[in-house]
Amino acid sequence: MEEVCARFVSQKISKARWRPLPAAALQPPDLFATGSWDNEDNRISIWSVGDVGSAGLNGEYQGEPQLLCDIRHNGDVMDMQFLDQERIVVGSSTGSVTVFRHHQNNQTLSASHRWENAHYHADQYTACGGAACTGVICNNPEIVTVGEDGRINLYRADQKDAVRTIDNADSSTLHAVTFLRTTEILTVNSIGQLKIWDFRQQRNEPAQIFSLTGDRVPLHCVDRHPNQQHIVATGGQDGMLSIWDIRQGTMPVSLLNAHEAEMWEVHFHPSNPDHLFTCSEDGSLWHWDTSTDVSEKPSFLHQGGRSTAYFSHSTINQSVVSAWLSNDPTKDRMEITNLIPNQTLSVNTLDVLGPCLVYGTDAEAIYVNRQLFA
Amino acid sequence: MEEPDTEPPLTVVPGADPARTQLCFEWGPAEMLLCETLFGRRGGERRGAPGGSAGPAPTGCGVAGGGDGAPGPSRVFVVRRDQDIYMETLRKLFNESHGIFVGLQRCEEERAARARNAQLVQVSKNYRSVIRACMEDMHQAAISARDSALHSQYSIQVSILSAMELIWNLCEILFVEAAPAGPLLLRLLDWVQLHICDVDNMVREVLGQRKSIKNTSSFWNVVDIFVLQGRMDEARHLLSKEAIANPTSMNMYKILDDLMKKMPVPSLGNTQTLTEMELKWQHWHEECQRYLQDGTFASNSHMESICKILLGDENAILEKKELMTTWYHFLVTRLLYSHPTVKSMELRFYAQSSMDMFLGEESNPEPLDTILMAAFEFELHQVIKECSVALSNWWFVAHLTDLLDHCKLLQSHNLYFGSNMREFLLLEYASGLFSHHSLWQLGVDYFDHCPEYGRVYLELHIERIPLNTEQKALKVLRICEQRQMHEQVRSICKIMAMKALRNNRLGSALSWSIRAKDAAFATLISDRFLKDYCERGYFSDLDLIDNLGPSMLLSDRLTFLGKYREFHRLYGEKRFSEAARLLLMLMTAHIAPCSFWMTLLTDALPLLEQKEVIFSAEQTYELMRCLEDLTARKLDKQKFQDDDVETMKVEMLRLALARNLARVIVKEGTLEGS
Repeated sequence: MEEVCARFVSQKISKARWRPLPAAALQPPDLFATGSWDNEDNRISIWSVGDVGSAGLNGEYQGEPQLLCDIRHNGDVMDMQFLDQERIVVGSSTGSVTVFRHHQNNQTLSASHRWENAHYHADQYTACGGAACTGVICNNPEIVTVGEDGRINLYRADQKDAVRTIDNADSSTLHAVTFLRTTEILTVNSIGQLKIWDFRQQRNEPAQIFSLTGDRVPLHCVDRHPNQQHIVATGGQDGMLSIWDIRQGTMPVSLLNAHEAEMWEVHFHPSNPDHLFTCSEDGSLWHWDTSTDVSEKPSFLHQGGRSTAYFSHSTINQSVVSAWLSNDPTKDRMEITNLIPNQTLSVNTLDVLGPCLVYGTDAEAIYVNRQLFA
Repeated sequence: MEEPDTEPPLTVVPGADPARTQLCFEWGPAEMLLCETLFGRRGGERRGAPGGSAGPAPTGCGVAGGGDGAPGPSRVFVVRRDQDIYMETLRKLFNESHGIFVGLQRCEEERAARARNAQLVQVSKNYRSVIRACMEDMHQAAISARDSALHSQYSIQVSILSAMELIWNLCEILFVEAAPAGPLLLRLLDWVQLHICDVDNMVREVLGQRKSIKNTSSFWNVVDIFVLQGRMDEARHLLSKEAIANPTSMNMYKILDDLMKKMPVPSLGNTQTLTEMELKWQHWHEECQRYLQDGTFASNSHMESICKILLGDENAILEKKELMTTWYHFLVTRLLYSHPTVKSMELRFYAQSSMDMFLGEESNPEPLDTILMAAFEFELHQVIKECSVALSNWWFVAHLTDLLDHCKLLQSHNLYFGSNMREFLLLEYASGLFSHHSLWQLGVDYFDHCPEYGRVYLELHIERIPLNTEQKALKVLRICEQRQMHEQVRSICKIMAMKALRNNRLGSALSWSIRAKDAAFATLISDRFLKDYCERGYFSDLDLIDNLGPSMLLSDRLTFLGKYREFHRLYGEKRFSEAARLLLMLMTAHIAPCSFWMTLLTDALPLLEQKEVIFSAEQTYELMRCLEDLTARKLDKQKFQDDDVETMKVEMLRLALARNLARVIVKEGTLEGS
């Protein structure tokens, strides 16, 4: 696996995120941020993966991520999202939510805004009242955070106070959150429920509750299909990948046996949603590929312009839909590869953007793969 | 029994003053607590025997409570043993070697001996490359450190790492690879070349300055070093350049060059036998001897000394002492030119004499020398022991011992304490990791591979990890669950449940106690739910209670909670007769706690007052019996306490029951009649 560059960073990595690309960009991403956990002083760091051709500053290995800047962070980094090109929103185990700004001209990081005690237990002002903020999601300028206190906060990047707070939104711990549409969010909790919340409704109750059958297996992560918003993937404590169709039913469409321990993150590829990536406590990172066999794919190049009309877009889409939503094992065309052959410690985080994959582990290493589909 | 053979090193605890007050201490897993007591010093005690020494066991060592009003002794010190664990740059070493360690434990035992040996050598090389990489990093850090104290700290670490690599490499050659005679010498040559690398700088210097100023002594020094390290081709290359510059003595250069070219070298493969090699060697040796006696090189002292070196003349080699810098270089050079087919078992004789000759009479060998000497003497245990004493971390000895154990070199040895040496050292190392706030995760795998005490250690350590977030708790839980450590799973869940309860997160608390299958705690939380319900009149955390599923059966009270909530749901959905049946069942099957019966009966009131008849006659009788049971019990307990509200409730119930009974008798009668 020569295309993967590793770097030991002397801190356990809890989150890694690519900086989003400007709308018109064609280059692969070159900058990512990481956050650490369980350290005496935790840090937010910005790394660059320069061109493969150019050598590092200190004669280090080519292509190895280079540290651009870092800053101390109070508490474990529980979740982290880029708000835009420059700002990063970080949720902390102390319950605070901080917006960091990355100054690209002089490569420094600074905290530009902080909501102290965004998540707290019972009394907001007691000393030990902070509850860990477990999930953050951004849809510029809106920021939604969820926490161990079962609370949902809606912030705006430029406003001091929360726009909306739902206290006791969940009786158990909320583990992750994602946007479904601009006014709707999805949360997963520790009793195996997937809930839709609609901020247009004034009631502090979920618009809809989906749950796993009986077992109440906690769900740890959630992601939505980038194009087909009704397809949602979640990962659970038993390592199971569940695919939900939120238009119908209250149970998952398919349950796919995956990892042997907690699935910490699940991500659809943002521009190539036939591909899905999951990582887990058992130290594995899986690539789920539902793109149909190459031979079956309509190849415009080989057939020339003449027959393009024959394959309409709808048929292609059809096959994609059925790939994620079909629970017929005989038609299963999913190809699954483990990208880490003999890892031992947990892979806590991953992020995909363009042809690049980054992941971070408890073995205090970050890995970058820049030719994902090569 | 082994006795500690040297005085243990003294550890000075900054801030603690053993001269003023007595200190007491308590051993912990990887650290020690040291505190000042209220007692002054008694006379006649040995000076300077504070915590660091492994003296007699402390008896009756109580921790002084600092709040007695007495001024002074109130400080507690934490003394850590494995300091290196806390070096930021060394974390890379720990993490990377952890991967290698786990890989080594996993690899198949049944492989063919040959393949297995190659694999072990590869593992050993991997360990060394990790040490080297770490050394590079440390070196970079030392260069970029602005603070001089920090700089020296890094430099010390670099030298320690380099010594570790040196020792490891020698152990690899002698024990892991166990090279046979012939190749053994080549390996030792590589070892010396790798670790004494000043020569490369000198060569660059010499080649650089040759054109302008001719510094003959430094030129010959470089040639000598090449010869001493057995790098014949490079030496010849340099000499040939010199020969061109001195056409007069061309012949002499040619002869020396020829000698150096013809020097027989042990082959790595099996192409020649040892006797063959020895014969060739003998022949070559005689040829050298002849030239020396001829006085061929008499006109050039440098060349003459090189020829003497080729002949293995110890005095000639010793003259180059400064160029070799260490006695083990001398040893290898001496072997190269006098005993090229040395067997590993013969090394010890040459090693000892080489050290004595090199260091002279007044020699005072340093720890590194003793360690290397022990290795040459094949005293494995001595090597490990000396390393444990000399090095500031357990990393080195733990990993080296484990590797040697996999080479099946340590099996016969059992310690009089613990199980065996490998396990003992691994336990020490892993305990050190566990005392670290972040590296504890690595320790788990080391404990896993300690068959005898690993599990007990893990059990004791894992419970003591601070759990500040649920995510961390989940990670610790996963470790315990994978190893079927039920007791620890229970304890962790209980801690988390308690935390949630204290934070008024009943739903979370219930989830944790369900996960731990902790019936008593589930009962406690269910009671809290019911109490809250009685106070507020509505249920909190419905999303949880409605979805209890089979976990409802964990405790009776939880079952009741779930069923009672189901009653409310049925009632809300206007499924009255089902609701009524459930309500009655809760009492008659004794699922409901007695204290709750009154609430249940009150809940029955609106059902009794419905327009249509819901309770059958039989059910009404049952209800009445329940009410009478309740009042009878009440009377027994609190005769004197006359509660107006309660009596009124009972009266109302009785009335409602009677009216219902009347209606149902009529209804049932008419139904039967028609």
